[in-house]
Amino acid sequence: MSFDKKDLISINDLTKSDIYYFIETAKEFKKISLKDIKKVPTLRGKTVVNLFYEPSTRTRSSFEIAQKRLSADSLNISISQSSVTKGESLKDTILNLESMKPDAFIVRHHESGASYFISKITKASTINAGDGMNEHPTQCLLDIMTIMEEKSDIGSLKVAIIGDIYHSRVARSNIYGLSKLGAEIYLYGPYSLLPRFKDSRNVKIARSMEEAVKNADVIIMLRIQKERASYYFIPSIEEYRNFFKLTPNLLSLASKDVIVLHPGPVNRDVEIAGSIINENKTRILKQVENGVAVRMACLYILLGVQKN
Amino acid sequence: MRKLIIKNGIVVDPVTKTEIKRDIYIENGVIKDFPREKTIKGAETLDAKGLIVLPGLIDMHVHLREPGFEYKENIKSGMEAGVAGGFTSICCMPNTNPPNDSKSVNSFLLNKAKSINLINLFTIGAVSKGLNGASLANIGELKESGAVAISDDGNPVDDSSLMARALLYAKTFDLPVISHSEDIKLRGKGVMNEGAVSQRLGVAGIPNIAEEIAVARDVLLAKYYDARLHIAHVSTKGSVNIIRRAKKEGANITCETCPHYFTLSEDSLLNYNTNAKMNPPLRAKDDVLAIKEALLDGTIDVIASDHAPHSEDEKDTTLDDAPFGIIGLQTSLPLTLKLYREKRLTLTDIAMLMSLNPANILNLGNRGGIKNGFAGDITIVDINKKWVFTKDRIKSLSKNSPFIDMDFVGLPLYIVVNANLIKAN
Ligand SMILES: [Zn+2]
Ligand SMILES: [Zn+2]
Repeated sequence: MSFDKKDLISINDLTKSDIYYFIETAKEFKKISLKDIKKVPTLRGKTVVNLFYEPSTRTRSSFEIAQKRLSADSLNISISQSSVTKGESLKDTILNLESMKPDAFIVRHHESGASYFISKITKASTINAGDGMNEHPTQCLLDIMTIMEEKSDIGSLKVAIIGDIYHSRVARSNIYGLSKLGAEIYLYGPYSLLPRFKDSRNVKIARSMEEAVKNADVIIMLRIQKERASYYFIPSIEEYRNFFKLTPNLLSLASKDVIVLHPGPVNRDVEIAGSIINENKTRILKQVENGVAVRMACLYILLGVQKN
Repeated sequence: MRKLIIKNGIVVDPVTKTEIKRDIYIENGVIKDFPREKTIKGAETLDAKGLIVLPGLIDMHVHLREPGFEYKENIKSGMEAGVAGGFTSICCMPNTNPPNDSKSVNSFLLNKAKSINLINLFTIGAVSKGLNGASLANIGELKESGAVAISDDGNPVDDSSLMARALLYAKTFDLPVISHSEDIKLRGKGVMNEGAVSQRLGVAGIPNIAEEIAVARDVLLAKYYDARLHIAHVSTKGSVNIIRRAKKEGANITCETCPHYFTLSEDSLLNYNTNAKMNPPLRAKDDVLAIKEALLDGTIDVIASDHAPHSEDEKDTTLDDAPFGIIGLQTSLPLTLKLYREKRLTLTDIAMLMSLNPANILNLGNRGGIKNGFAGDITIVDINKKWVFTKDRIKSLSKNSPFIDMDFVGLPLYIVVNANLIKAN
């Protein structure tokens, strides 16, 4: 098995067997994180630039740890320290960094398509760590890995994705990735936050929370941002809580082996009842753990494997 | 009254589209098929010989002014006017003070109506918080506490993105959005229809297009987002044409007009009559004709009164100064019956326009028909009764009507609602 693309921008860049290859590789790397000495020399001598135009704690530290465990040299650039504030264009920033011969850019940007733009002007591998409301492919891979640890056949699963689908790059990558693996996907949220156009036969819009979660094997809850109320998408956080929160009662309608995922950070008791988290019914911490392994796998596959 | 038999009336049922002389039986407020045995123990009987038996009339556009403006009208007086007008259900708009944009106001209205226990009250919640057009009201909360639709009637939503998201968000809860479609800035200081009459009177006019621009926008939004839109008080030929075309193209829209728009024209304001001032304004004769045609061809789904009480003091002033609006609960049916006598509408059409269609649009649950299992809401009318709409017949607290002292033919005599037989007139 091999993967000969330079970049990972969209989950659609991966075929079904590519996805399994990434997950299998991640499983191997997960073992390293469980060892006493959590470091291998795989990427020694490789330089990775973490380019974060948007604040991020989880994804950023996950990528950084992955790089350290693979012995890569990391350079961290976040907006406040960079020349962006001095008016430099994205293109010039990349061309300047390019001159320093990095092997990879890990890009988080508030604009959709920014990672793609960067990948086209650099020889370095580019990994999309979240671009605007477009995609977050490594989140999708870590979600698939987390699901596969407990469910044997993704193709037979009902997956509910609930919340602000419209603005969610996590939802979009998961919809593409999970439907590619054959899962039946139910989306639910206020119509003002649902996608307007259908792009896969496996995706259905549920008419109610109940319909979405009923017999679901996996429930992915999304984060709602308070600002959505000021652009008329929802009336208020209180109302969101009343009608779109996953409660223990709703959860009881799901399959008895249901697992609940959330990309974090969680607004407790807004999109998900705190008690569901407290009672260990979610896999949020598993997702974070698998995130490191998935990012190690991505770096390894894009940078470490000898390519002709 | 737990058991009631209405005998010998002409029963008009828009569900089966029948007008036949037959007896009907109501048990515990629900219409039942006639039992096999000829006599029903303990049943009250009403002889409706020579009378018309309609499904209980529903006025889906009423302003009850409570809370906040109780000197104009209150829930009880509005309901009494409803009874006298033959209505078994009325739906109140949210522009009160405080406006009905929350569970607390909505529950207040419904609880008060329950305690008065006269006719059914259905509430229409606000689209935007405080009717300010700046953020969505808690629409799910309104639905959960009983609202059957949302509307910013009187303060139309100016911001198209707010309107778009209101349509989408309300769709989540299967609630229709009722739009008072008007370009407020184009209306400006206008007080009546813009035309020869406003020019003659030297007052600022409201052009047809102030309505039509907004109707077009709202229709486009509803069509694009595949959401349920109901357009309130359509008054112009242009609006009718826009709606007719959109319906042909499959848009999920409905609309209403009010009796004054097919009865009166802008000429009613020639003597600066403030009781003929309403918004939208009485239009030109062409428009009146177009409204009648649209009722006939089904473009217009509903006749509603837009009952808008204002005190005598408020109306006893100049045209510029007087508030928009007239009362309409007691004149709605008689004015509509004129179209029956002109042979424009059948009694079945009237039952559709004033009962079945509003029931379906607002999802009022098994109302609007006279069939086994439907709510036992009935309006019994003497369609030949001659009477005069004198001021002292007005049950509303306000008397702002352009129809005072007009001769009418046709009067509701009884209504049946919530297992009660009530004398209407
Ligand atoms: Zn209005
Ligand atoms: Zn109104």
